[in-house]
Amino acid sequence: MMDFSAIVPALPGLWDGLLMTLQLMVMGVLGGVVLGTLLALMRLSHNRLLATIAATYVNYFRSIPLLLVITWFYFAVPFILRWITGEDTPVGAFASCLVAFVMFEAAYFCEIVRAGIQAIPRGQMGAAQALGMSYGQTMRLIILPQAFRKMTPLLLQQSIILFQDTSLVYTVGLMDFLNAARSRGDIIGQPHEFLIFAGLVYFTISFAAAQVVKLLQKRLAV
Amino acid sequence: MRFIPRILSTAIAAALICSPAFAAELTGTLKKIKDSGTITLGHRDASIPFSYFGDNPQQPVGYSHDLQLKVVEAIKQELGMPDLKVRYNLVTSQTRIPLVQNGTVDLECGSTTNNVERQRQVDFSVGIFEVGTRLLAKKTSGVSDFADLKGKNVVTTAGTTSERLLKIMNADKQMGMNIISAKDHGESFLMLESGRALAFMMDDALLYGEMAKAKQPADWAVVGTPQSFEIYGCMMRKGDEGFKQVVDQAISATFASGEINAIYDKWFMQPIPPKNLNLNFPMSDELKKLIANPTDKSAEQI
Amino acid sequence: MNYNWDWAIFFKPTGIGSEIYLDWFITGLGWTIAIAIVGWIIALALGSLLGVMRTVPNRWIAGAATAYVEIFRNVPLLVQLFLWYFLVPDLLPEPLQIWFKQDLNPATSAYLSVVVCLGLFTAARVCEQVRTGIQALPAGQTAAAYAMGFRLPQIYSNVLLPQAYRIIIPPLTSEFLNIFKNSSVASLIGLMELLAQTKQTAEFSANLFEAFTLATLIYFTLNMGLMLLMRAVEKKVAVPGLIAVGGK
Repeated sequence: MMDFSAIVPALPGLWDGLLMTLQLMVMGVLGGVVLGTLLALMRLSHNRLLATIAATYVNYFRSIPLLLVITWFYFAVPFILRWITGEDTPVGAFASCLVAFVMFEAAYFCEIVRAGIQAIPRGQMGAAQALGMSYGQTMRLIILPQAFRKMTPLLLQQSIILFQDTSLVYTVGLMDFLNAARSRGDIIGQPHEFLIFAGLVYFTISFAAAQVVKLLQKRLAV
Repeated sequence: MRFIPRILSTAIAAALICSPAFAAELTGTLKKIKDSGTITLGHRDASIPFSYFGDNPQQPVGYSHDLQLKVVEAIKQELGMPDLKVRYNLVTSQTRIPLVQNGTVDLECGSTTNNVERQRQVDFSVGIFEVGTRLLAKKTSGVSDFADLKGKNVVTTAGTTSERLLKIMNADKQMGMNIISAKDHGESFLMLESGRALAFMMDDALLYGEMAKAKQPADWAVVGTPQSFEIYGCMMRKGDEGFKQVVDQAISATFASGEINAIYDKWFMQPIPPKNLNLNFPMSDELKKLIANPTDKSAEQI
Repeated sequence: MNYNWDWAIFFKPTGIGSEIYLDWFITGLGWTIAIAIVGWIIALALGSLLGVMRTVPNRWIAGAATAYVEIFRNVPLLVQLFLWYFLVPDLLPEPLQIWFKQDLNPATSAYLSVVVCLGLFTAARVCEQVRTGIQALPAGQTAAAYAMGFRLPQIYSNVLLPQAYRIIIPPLTSEFLNIFKNSSVASLIGLMELLAQTKQTAEFSANLFEAFTLATLIYFTLNMGLMLLMRAVEKKVAVPGLIAVGGK
């Protein structure tokens, strides 16, 4: 009943979709880690206001669905940019989805980074400061490098989750891997075959990545 | 967060420096196109044969898309930019209006009905097509009109005029229909073909387009009294007279020169991708009238 | 800027029947809760069973549970949902297929697909928590229970699980909250839950910002409320003397 032969000629289009998915994931992770680290430092800082802002941010994004954030941002980001700049600023689906991923994932990365920093013995902070290092230097040179080493497996796991979650851009019609497969399958009237194929590809990539993370976890374990 | 305003201000500064002096007379969308060297076209992925992906999943094709390209040609001439870049942005029935409003898409030509309510949110070009909203059903289903759908499952596409008409009809006439709102026409048809819905309500031309995609096109028929007559238009941001003028002129010129007949022929009277089926949908008298006297009014305003 | 703010929009008529927009949000919230609760029951039951399976001293049973977890964890939720909604019904035997597609209200058949999908998806995650909880218990307890003449099922039901559940309440809480958030994917198969109603309101009324703001507030409140509730539960059932009981 199933006929997978139509997938072969569609592969170039699907490959483009996969590239977009990977691009979204990599850029989302990078942006999310940067913003998440900033948020974590804010949460751990002695400044009450900064800590509260960061905590509110994290709570906010952790309590709403990613799909809502993607849809919201898709419609709202260009409007908001226009308020700021007074110009029509073309923001494609890709950019607005990326912003949504970065802001959403930052809330999750923040918690991972925070836990990582808190796992570093307090004495190191004091020792570094006793050596005359500033707060910034201590964080940059002493605490964060160790924390990131400890967090790497968790960060990678979260990245695999993001890899799967990128499929939600379907809702705004961005041609990522899932949407490319679905759209192609729909046009040629073989939606099932393409859907199964998409599932297999996602599984293979996520599963392989998860095994790598497991290996890494064993290696990095102290 | 601090870097975002910085990027923005750099971008604005760059835009100001780059804009040539003579562009000062241009306003709105035309200015934006001139400054950025790019026009963003909104298109659909499954509005057969108006705007959809044919053989190449990167390149939209269709009747509305051909007209959209005519507009792009006119803009190139108007702005003296032969190498104007075209960027495509896929829209759905639900996203098309917000995306035109919020500046993501400059011009959307697909299968968008011009009506008074939407005119409050966006501007429409002169009409490019005229349809009636009807039903697609299996020939053996026994459905010949809307009255046969009492208590049945009916599918339509979310965000379309048909969805509203159907929901209102269901409430007013207490028909007890179960209405499924699918995300796009392709999904609606999937619901119909897989037997989840007995009928699919949509613009008749689109129903013929979906039929051409079916496994057995001969099993299906478009039936029912049209619930409304609707004129399709291209959408653009509201209140941008300069841009609208260029768009309207380009479309009207295509009508006047008779080129429209060739375009119509290509999409409605000849085999079209992806399955090389012929819709065999001759031009209606309404459309002929519309082509003879282009107007940007909606069907209810005429 | 041609955006017309109108916060009173929620009390205005939708033009369909005699409904106002707020009614749509209430209906949507109802669906969201109905999906999450039933999905959670499936996830908890199946997840516990799988979690136990992963810890029993039998390679085949443990292997089957591991395979389940790997499959359901490594395929995106949306792909799983499409498979349950579009593909699985077509694989049913003919009479069942007709019942599912034609006799059932489409909202019901979409609901069933979503609930099964979310239940099975979340079960894989619950399984991992249950397993962690069981493995966190000192191995001596199992040995002691064996020595006292308990059999394996008794050890699980009387000794291991009651403690494991209490230890893993915090991670289970976050899975419980996730299922509420994940229920929003139902909007993509036409089930009119909260997010779908929000999109419909945005589109019918053109008051996009108001609609999405209200939806955000509803999700936020729901999430915070459930979190407080689960914290209270956690305190109430805490096992005295365990480190996991926490600071206070």
